[in-house]
Amino acid sequence: MTSIGTGYDLSNSVFSPDGRNFQVEYAVKAVENGGTAVGIRCKDGVVLALEKLITSKLLKAGANKRIATVDQNIGIVSSGLLPDGRHFVSRARDEASSWRGLYKAPIPTSSLADRMGSYVQAYTLYSSVRPFGVTAILAGYDAEKELPVDGQVGSGPSTGSGGKKEGGKHGGPFLYMIEPSGLYWGYYGAATGKGRQIAKSELEKLNLSEGLLSLEEGVKEAARIIYVAHDDNKDKEFELELTWISAVDGPTKGRHQEVPKELKEEAERLAKKALEGEDDDEDDEKMED
Amino acid sequence: MNHLPQAWGRPRDDVYGAYDHSHFQTAGPMQHTQSPIVTGTSVVAAKFKDGVVIAADNLASYGSLARFTDVKRLRKFNDQVVVGFGGDVSDMQYLDRLLLSLDVRENYQSADTPLSAKNLHTYLSKVMYKRRSDFNPLWNHLLIAGLDSEDKPFLASADLLGTTFTSPTIATGFGAHLAQPIMRRSLPDEESVQNVSKEEAVKLIKECMKVLFYRDARSLDKYSIAVITKDGVELKEDEKLENQSWAFAETIRGYGTQTA
Repeated sequence: MTSIGTGYDLSNSVFSPDGRNFQVEYAVKAVENGGTAVGIRCKDGVVLALEKLITSKLLKAGANKRIATVDQNIGIVSSGLLPDGRHFVSRARDEASSWRGLYKAPIPTSSLADRMGSYVQAYTLYSSVRPFGVTAILAGYDAEKELPVDGQVGSGPSTGSGGKKEGGKHGGPFLYMIEPSGLYWGYYGAATGKGRQIAKSELEKLNLSEGLLSLEEGVKEAARIIYVAHDDNKDKEFELELTWISAVDGPTKGRHQEVPKELKEEAERLAKKALEGEDDDEDDEKMED
Repeated sequence: MNHLPQAWGRPRDDVYGAYDHSHFQTAGPMQHTQSPIVTGTSVVAAKFKDGVVIAADNLASYGSLARFTDVKRLRKFNDQVVVGFGGDVSDMQYLDRLLLSLDVRENYQSADTPLSAKNLHTYLSKVMYKRRSDFNPLWNHLLIAGLDSEDKPFLASADLLGTTFTSPTIATGFGAHLAQPIMRRSLPDEESVQNVSKEEAVKLIKECMKVLFYRDARSLDKYSIAVITKDGVELKEDEKLENQSWAFAETIRGYGTQTA
């Protein structure tokens, strides 16, 4: 950061001579201190996982959930400044609900990502505001089968015009990550926060683009990655948050929900076991040395 | 010439005289719904020892015309509540969307206890009462069937006036006259609920749907039926009345082509 002190980092929306917006880059720094958040797009659903760092022993365990539901089929987890994250979620809920008000149908995940991207980007344009100090991972499952319009009571005539093109692919699991600049991409696997580097390299090993990983395996991998990315030396305590979304005929019936207790405990057990295995290997190597 | 925005698109005053605002129907008092348009007829429901059975036929009438014959008037809210709608169908669709938005908001944070039938009845009755107090009623009679927060059977109604009522058996519309007496034979009071099994209750409700089809000219032989118990909601939306017998019709005098 050689340009610090040149004055171009003091105001939002002002470019430095070499074409950078320093306020946005500082916002990214704020994200880099947050607990690790991970999203995995599996073949039959999406998983969100969060390493929720415990800031005080006086906080009730399991309370203060950080992964939020935006619409029935959409969830968001964010890393960075917590109040910014909550505002982001609040805006996403407004967008989803106003979409329903207008179109009488759930917002497609891609449209929500697009709108939230535009919203975040607007906060890089004015000197009167600061950029969002969060990177958010947005997961959704858009229905593959045609849904009834909200409030629909009948199916209408069974013959005649209308209907969708045969053979086209509709809906499915989706995952997006939105950064403080407003930049967003669709991902197979996304990670942000402190442990993002480790998490990303673990995600790459899963070969998610092949579309072979099942939702349940995804849940276990997400839990493992959060445990692997956790830095024992810097942060002692954390809570794992896990949510998932499947198709309408899957385990969550198309809804964004917390992973059930039994599966979560199993995933945590396997994650801890995997970690111990790693430690043992390291110890063995040392012994050999 | 007047170039101000409020004059855009309006006839020129200097040519046609001052604009007559009564064409915009701003004159006179504002009017709200005076009568329903497309309507559903009776909803019937009865408690039994482990839950509630509720049914409504699949017809939406436009006056006396059987206009829509596949209208599903029972809406599942969650795994322990079903709402049955009698009356105006577009108001029912509005309420359905209202309940959907309630469900979305209710699940923003994962809750340990979902909304019970009792909670939902309280909510809906307040919506109905608010609207009638605005002189703009939602033209429906609702039955809310399901389980309360202690998993006990719950059945109550809320109507377009905001009136609420609870009973072991309830029927709306024509059903209040034709089905209610039949249901009260086996379920006269709250105590009798314990003596009725699920099978008996389903049989009773089906019998009521049949009687209603015989005698209510705005009814249909296709209907929806839902059973709500601790195990969840069992909703069937394409049922057909069975074992109809129109023999009784021969004995009715005073209508049709009879001469004596």
